[in-house]
Amino acid sequence: MDAKTIKKEVENSQTTERISGSEAIIKCLLAEGVDLIYGYPGGAIMPLYDELYKYQDKIHHVLTRHEQGATHSAQGYARISGKVGVAVATSGPGATNLVTGIADAQIDSTPMVCITGQVSSHLLGSDAFQETDIVGISTPVTKWNCQVTKASDIPEVLAKAFYIARSGRPGPVLIDITKDAQFEEFDFKYEKCKGIRSYIPIPKLDHTAVEAAAKLINTAKKPLIIWGQGVILSNAETEFKAVVEKAGIPSAWTILGVSAIATSHPLNIGMVGMHGNYAPNVLTNDCDVLIAIGMRFDDRVTGNLKTYAKQAKVIHFEIDPAEIDKNVKTDVAVLGDAKEILAALLPLLEQKTHLEWHQKFKDLYAIEYEKVIKNDLHPTKEGLTMGEVLNEINIQTKGDAAIVTDVGQHQMIACRYANFNKTRSNITSGGLGTMGFGLPAAIGAKMAAPDREVISISGDGGYQMTIQELGTIFQQKVPVKIVVLNNEFLGMVRQWQQLFFDKRYASTEMTNPDFVAIAKGYFIEAEKVTKREDLKAAVAKMVATDGPYFLEVCVEKEGNVFPMIETGASVSDVRLE
Amino acid sequence: MEGEKQLYTVSVYTENNIGLLNRISAIFQRRHINIESINSSVSEIDGVSKWIILVRLSEENMKKIIGQIEKQVEVIKAFFHTDDETIYQESCIFKMTSDLLFEERQIQNIIKESNARIVTVNRTFFVIEKSGRKEEIETLHKELSAFGILQFTRSGRIAVTKEPMEISKMLKAFNN
Repeated sequence: MDAKTIKKEVENSQTTERISGSEAIIKCLLAEGVDLIYGYPGGAIMPLYDELYKYQDKIHHVLTRHEQGATHSAQGYARISGKVGVAVATSGPGATNLVTGIADAQIDSTPMVCITGQVSSHLLGSDAFQETDIVGISTPVTKWNCQVTKASDIPEVLAKAFYIARSGRPGPVLIDITKDAQFEEFDFKYEKCKGIRSYIPIPKLDHTAVEAAAKLINTAKKPLIIWGQGVILSNAETEFKAVVEKAGIPSAWTILGVSAIATSHPLNIGMVGMHGNYAPNVLTNDCDVLIAIGMRFDDRVTGNLKTYAKQAKVIHFEIDPAEIDKNVKTDVAVLGDAKEILAALLPLLEQKTHLEWHQKFKDLYAIEYEKVIKNDLHPTKEGLTMGEVLNEINIQTKGDAAIVTDVGQHQMIACRYANFNKTRSNITSGGLGTMGFGLPAAIGAKMAAPDREVISISGDGGYQMTIQELGTIFQQKVPVKIVVLNNEFLGMVRQWQQLFFDKRYASTEMTNPDFVAIAKGYFIEAEKVTKREDLKAAVAKMVATDGPYFLEVCVEKEGNVFPMIETGASVSDVRLE
Repeated sequence: MEGEKQLYTVSVYTENNIGLLNRISAIFQRRHINIESINSSVSEIDGVSKWIILVRLSEENMKKIIGQIEKQVEVIKAFFHTDDETIYQESCIFKMTSDLLFEERQIQNIIKESNARIVTVNRTFFVIEKSGRKEEIETLHKELSAFGILQFTRSGRIAVTKEPMEISKMLKAFNN
């Protein structure tokens, strides 16, 4: 580590104190404002756990039931609060168990610092017990990673880790610390990192590009905004709402952008992408100016790129230069932080309403309502739908709950139908599509925002991938509400098998255990609903319960999620049935 | 649509850090792009490494990859250039049996004409070194092959660009 490559800000006292590497880790965490971490102990990280024992009044360590749970909890914590989530694990299998969560945080730009123990430095490379090259393994899925073999490097490396994780486009950082470095004593002094010479977190705003964008927006007849998580990550909700309202532009969200403005906002026209709403998908191929804000044109958003918004001029507001022209060619690219860009854009925009254009969205919504939404939310046929469960949750939580989902059909239904009044209310695994994400992420979300109602919604498949985290909920008394929408299938895969593989249901049907008994085994109050008439009371009971609560809803086995854009199809060829 | 593939010389200025090679080669590997050669060395700036990577791909993909390389925290700056925009060289060494020097007069002429030089001679073998463009080295290799080569190694491309790169200016801006 070369001191001249990093800018530092001296925190508190200039004096040094002689302490161990592991105590230094604790002091670094405290200096970074960390008071809650998730993890799992083991041989190579024991010195750190010994210090955690001594500092337990300052840092609350949550023992998860699996290291993967620790990363997802740290992600849930980060996503709802905007702060850096921290996960700790031992070397070898402890470290490799973090990898899924790290990859998830990387693709969904979640600030997270993972600290792993490593075998003593003299054993490195010798295939020692529980030695694994976690720096090598995690390289492609971290924003930055580093191995520390000397205690004296700990303060500088951890300062850099937090700075990198939270700055610019956020992401996961892994720091691997050998056991001898944790034991070693040195003169500790902490200086916060203020900059790294090889790293530009936020590109400098080019005002001529903002002006070019404003000009294009002001002359547009049929403008469409698609916003992503960038709006939330840069805390740009206020500026974003002002821009949308002033320019009168129909605005759609990617799955990670949801809740940046309220679901009920008249210019919020729903989700784009594979299972997004009908109108924004179809009209993507009709708009004359497409304004992408803090989103990355993922293939689940664009469908076939060859037929994606070819008629439109594309404006891209983006913090990461590598995203410009990666998937969709832009006419005007504005690099920078969304908050800063939108604030600069606002005064340049003309007041508009685009009523005629907006009517097109309303007309298509009416079609979608008739063909899909009505039957999802207010079914008349026998068999509970996932949509009506969401509808009931909306009614009873009044749109104030944070919804944490797993991955699959229930995720699409939850994101499509959940009502959100506030930002940072939806936590889901978007880019990686990690089954098992939901339950542990809900733990982190609830602990970071104890005043909010946090509801975890999973399918029966994903729920069983991290079901052991019920133990964490029980031990920590986390009052999270757990809903499992049970269709006894890996529903999304089954839907594809039905549509594209002639109903050959290969390994998607699940014989499930008694989920209520399992929850009760962890002393969590639980109920199972199989009939429509019992749903309202069951959701009411769940919402009214102070502690953790488990609700299983048996939904129709072969329900499908529509609208749907098939792989390789154009966004305008979205299917309604 | 992907354009025509061509050879690019990628120059990457980096902090000299363990593991960065992994990080950068993974960017190429993900897209199934074969690295034709790679050379890492010190650069004109103290403490800054410079890598020269030779790849064959479309301009569109090249731009995307440069973006992904520059995104790495420890990369200071990355550039890509065509052959016309760079001055480049490669180097190679041949190990051959010493007897050939006396028995095959032709070899001395080949060495002279190809601007190669003899690095060392001892009783059993001698070593020839040649710097130049890939084609010149290939020609020499072909000519010497006829006599039997004991060992042969060619280096990756090293290159400087005709345009200035102004890395020092960028680093100075950070310090202020």
